[in-house]
Amino acid sequence: MRCRKCAADATVEIRRHHTAFCNEHFLEFFERQVARAIEHERMFTPEDSVLVAVSGGKDSLALWDVLRRLGYRTTGLYINLGIGEYSAESQRKAAAYAASQDAELLLADIPGEYGMSVEDLARATRRVPCSACGLSKRYLFNKVAREGGFAAVATGHNLDDEAAVLLGNLLHWQTEYLARQAPVLDSTHPALVKKVKPFFRIAERETAAYAIIRGIDYIVDECPNSVGARSLLYKEALNVLEQAAPGTKQSLYWGFLEHGRPLVQGGRQPVELQACLHCGQPTTGEVCAFCRMTERAAERMRLRRAPAAQVTTLGPA
Amino acid sequence: MKVLIRHQKREVELRGTRRVRDLLVELGINPESVLVIRGAALLTHDARVADEDTVELRPVISGGLA
Repeated sequence: MRCRKCAADATVEIRRHHTAFCNEHFLEFFERQVARAIEHERMFTPEDSVLVAVSGGKDSLALWDVLRRLGYRTTGLYINLGIGEYSAESQRKAAAYAASQDAELLLADIPGEYGMSVEDLARATRRVPCSACGLSKRYLFNKVAREGGFAAVATGHNLDDEAAVLLGNLLHWQTEYLARQAPVLDSTHPALVKKVKPFFRIAERETAAYAIIRGIDYIVDECPNSVGARSLLYKEALNVLEQAAPGTKQSLYWGFLEHGRPLVQGGRQPVELQACLHCGQPTTGEVCAFCRMTERAAERMRLRRAPAAQVTTLGPA
Repeated sequence: MKVLIRHQKREVELRGTRRVRDLLVELGINPESVLVIRGAALLTHDARVADEDTVELRPVISGGLA
């Protein structure tokens, strides 16, 4: 198989585009796709400060890398979830990348600040671990971004992630979630920071290929709590379809954004947000879901509620 | 050849030159779910791998969506 642009041996085939590239031209294609997504969706501008959520995995490190190469002003944020050796290793990968690039990486430490890991929070409040983890991450992304004056939070969610979430939401007709699924979530409250997903056009194979070709050392092992997760089942099912019919994931998700989302948004009432009485973060109720979870967990574990998360700098400023 | 299957944490030894596509079919692995690496190089599905090669099948699926 030959590179479409230079006829050298191809290294990455992109079946949904009926094409293949050598390393050099794949990187060019990849960066152009990301740049186009950012500009077309008006995610942020070169003048904006962007907080990149960095887990130590391929997607987030590839995102940070490509945004830096495209000349955007970025700072990384690593959240220590306290998931044993998995968290320790992923933090090492994130910190090593930041050090290699002389890039600033912030650390939010959940066990350090709240006295327990996300697994403890989940157990104490009878949630599944991914639920407590997701809630904690969304809360801290916004909190750190707001306090740091960032224009947007960028996450490494890719086409496969978005298609899998969409499939799950469709299978259970989660209309509220469907209405909220988008590559850009604008700020609808002064304390709510815009969230963007610059990889929404890019397949998971491609983010992995980018990380490997660029020599980015990422954590390959998955979170131990994701074993048996529904999201993985949906991804596997979509990959069976993709193998038989290339372009299925793109057609599902992009088609949803164009045709489906306007329909589910049609009858939706605007959500009124207000400041959480305990922490000041935006919420639909009086006390936000994160405060309710941590307070309930602290009560259950007979711990005093810990002070708000402190952010420390891991990498060079 | 030696095949390191990262996500299954196992290695298999196979004999005979074959295309990557056929290797994956033989191992029952969906080509969409892995990248195939020889040395530091990524291989497309029509590339040939031979007895002296060591190849890694690197999973591309990550989970635990938030």
